[in-house]
Amino acid sequence: MDLGNRFGDDGIQWGAILKDAGLAALVALVLALLLFGVRLSDGGGGGLEFRPWWVVIAVAAVFAGRAAVALWIGTRKPASGTALPWFDRAVARLSEHKRLLFAAFFLAVAILPLLPVADRRMVDLATLVMIYVMLGWGLNIVVGLAGLLDLGYVAFYAVGAYSYTLLAIHFDLSFWVCLPLAGAIAALFGVLLGFPVLRLRGDYLAIVTLGFGEMTRIIIINWSSLTGGSEGITGIAVPTLFGLRFTPSPAAGETAFHQFFGIPFGGIHKLIFLFYIILILALLTHLFSERMRKLPMGRAWEALREDEIASRALGLNPVLVKLSAFGLGAMFAGFAGSFFATRQGFINPSSFTFIESAIILAIVVLGGMGSQVGVICAAIVLILLPELARDFAEFRMLLFGGAMVAIMVWRPRGLLAHRVPSVRLGQAPPGALRGGLP
Amino acid sequence: MSGGAAEPLLAVRGIAAYYGAIRALSGVDLEVREGEIVTLIGANGAGKSTLLMTICGNPRGRGGRIEFEGRDITALPTHEIARLGIAHVPEGRHIFPRMTVMENLQIGAVCGADGDFEGDLDYVLALFPILGERRHQRGGTLSGGEQQMLAIGRALMSRPRLLLLDEPSLGLAPLVVRRIFEVIAEINAERDMTVFLVEQNAYRALGVADRAYVMVNGEIRMEGTGAELLADADIRAAYLEGGHG
Repeated sequence: MDLGNRFGDDGIQWGAILKDAGLAALVALVLALLLFGVRLSDGGGGGLEFRPWWVVIAVAAVFAGRAAVALWIGTRKPASGTALPWFDRAVARLSEHKRLLFAAFFLAVAILPLLPVADRRMVDLATLVMIYVMLGWGLNIVVGLAGLLDLGYVAFYAVGAYSYTLLAIHFDLSFWVCLPLAGAIAALFGVLLGFPVLRLRGDYLAIVTLGFGEMTRIIIINWSSLTGGSEGITGIAVPTLFGLRFTPSPAAGETAFHQFFGIPFGGIHKLIFLFYIILILALLTHLFSERMRKLPMGRAWEALREDEIASRALGLNPVLVKLSAFGLGAMFAGFAGSFFATRQGFINPSSFTFIESAIILAIVVLGGMGSQVGVICAAIVLILLPELARDFAEFRMLLFGGAMVAIMVWRPRGLLAHRVPSVRLGQAPPGALRGGLP
Repeated sequence: MSGGAAEPLLAVRGIAAYYGAIRALSGVDLEVREGEIVTLIGANGAGKSTLLMTICGNPRGRGGRIEFEGRDITALPTHEIARLGIAHVPEGRHIFPRMTVMENLQIGAVCGADGDFEGDLDYVLALFPILGERRHQRGGTLSGGEQQMLAIGRALMSRPRLLLLDEPSLGLAPLVVRRIFEVIAEINAERDMTVFLVEQNAYRALGVADRAYVMVNGEIRMEGTGAELLADADIRAAYLEGGHG
């Protein structure tokens, strides 16, 4: 429903608003009748308890909320274009110093776990957010840059996690050897899954990739001889720092991390180490995609997103362009998957359900398609908020939903929808334009 | 047809094209020789744009051959045809709206791998100074005329051997249309650019063209020099006095 068009020059169209809110309330009524209105009695005997007031409250809340949103959108100044002009100006000004900001941000994040306030939970949460930042940046290559709507991104995350685990366990290879291998395997899967969907775009592509994501998970569940089925695989080793283990009691002849540095053993050391690994991996992902945008291949991704007909007419091979985006995006999911496996020490298929794909995609979309900083902001909102809001118990998903609605109302094109041009001042970066094209 | 002389740059021989079961072109024969401006005029839906798209491999031409510099390109994919040096400025411009003018031009240079980028850029900006002023503006914020200029400039960045222009005057103000046709004549004269131009604006197109073809219902009905067709009574009645001028 397009709320923006409900208001002519004659002021607020109350009829339209009431009708709209009424429809929303009707939907709420249908949902609430069964969800809130009826409950099995606690007393046993299978009796039903009816709770009409809950339904009334839900319907009234939806009616009022919908009307308020419609009213608010309708009465704001149409000239401003977006809902928060000051925010746009701030973003534009900040994006002039993008490099500096990025450096400052990473520095701040990098010293975070060393601060005295950092406890296990905080470092662990920061690691979790960084995983999603990295996944968001990886998916941003596929969705934001190349414009291919991928709803099955979690498949490559899973492929990376399982490749890493199986390689590490069966061949006794270290994290640092398995990581690139797992990335390569995930990239290969990206290309393989990319082939059949080359002709598809938009909704159709989304449906097929959604299918691939689920297929991957179901294959993992059923191929139990290799993957351990739904039980998963346990006992995944933690990476070492140049051979230094994070263990309180190292085997004979080995030096553990705390012994080498002559500090007392602390469980948090391992968490901090893991945090730095994901920080570096995420940073690499970011630097890679920023660099790609300035190279012919990244240009080709964006060109294909903007206009496929023109891209072909200019000599871009759509097959190579799409496959490269799919493959590279998958590679970063593979890296993130490896990290996830080593951090958990345990993997099973339930970590790779559709909701993961949906959350990663939501991070990209809410952040503003193609915006690197937007991904950080959205990952913080989408991952950190629900974790911090655990105190609110069952209301936390309500907060989560509310935050998503609020973002889409205020920033319909994402938190940071401003696309930063890849060239400034009319200067082409040297060597950026020629050669090595898809 | 051309008999003697050198091999034509582009030769379309007996080509048909289909959209599903619907035949859009049948038995089309035409040639474009090096250094010429050739125009194809015809009414809405005659198949003019389809012919340009068929030359570019989508839809694929059937029943005949399309040759570029003597090479059969009928079965090549679109991007390979583009890389041989055929730049297609599609109808409706198809610029990259969220990318800046500069980025649009850079992508144009992408398949002219060994070209002189700075030189080509200077040339395009000299042809269309407005693009220089708007170089950091997004393509989508340009006016229709500026977008058309950008589309032509982008195509020129690849140093094509043959420029295919599809309705460059569509929906533009008369002054802009005049400038676009001036540029077509200019690049033909200065850079010896071969141009194949599809137009509904028959009066202007015939004025600038060395030779012209008339298409009706997917077939070539008439051909001649621009001046001949301009003087032809039937052409005048069908395409020039109907208010297209």
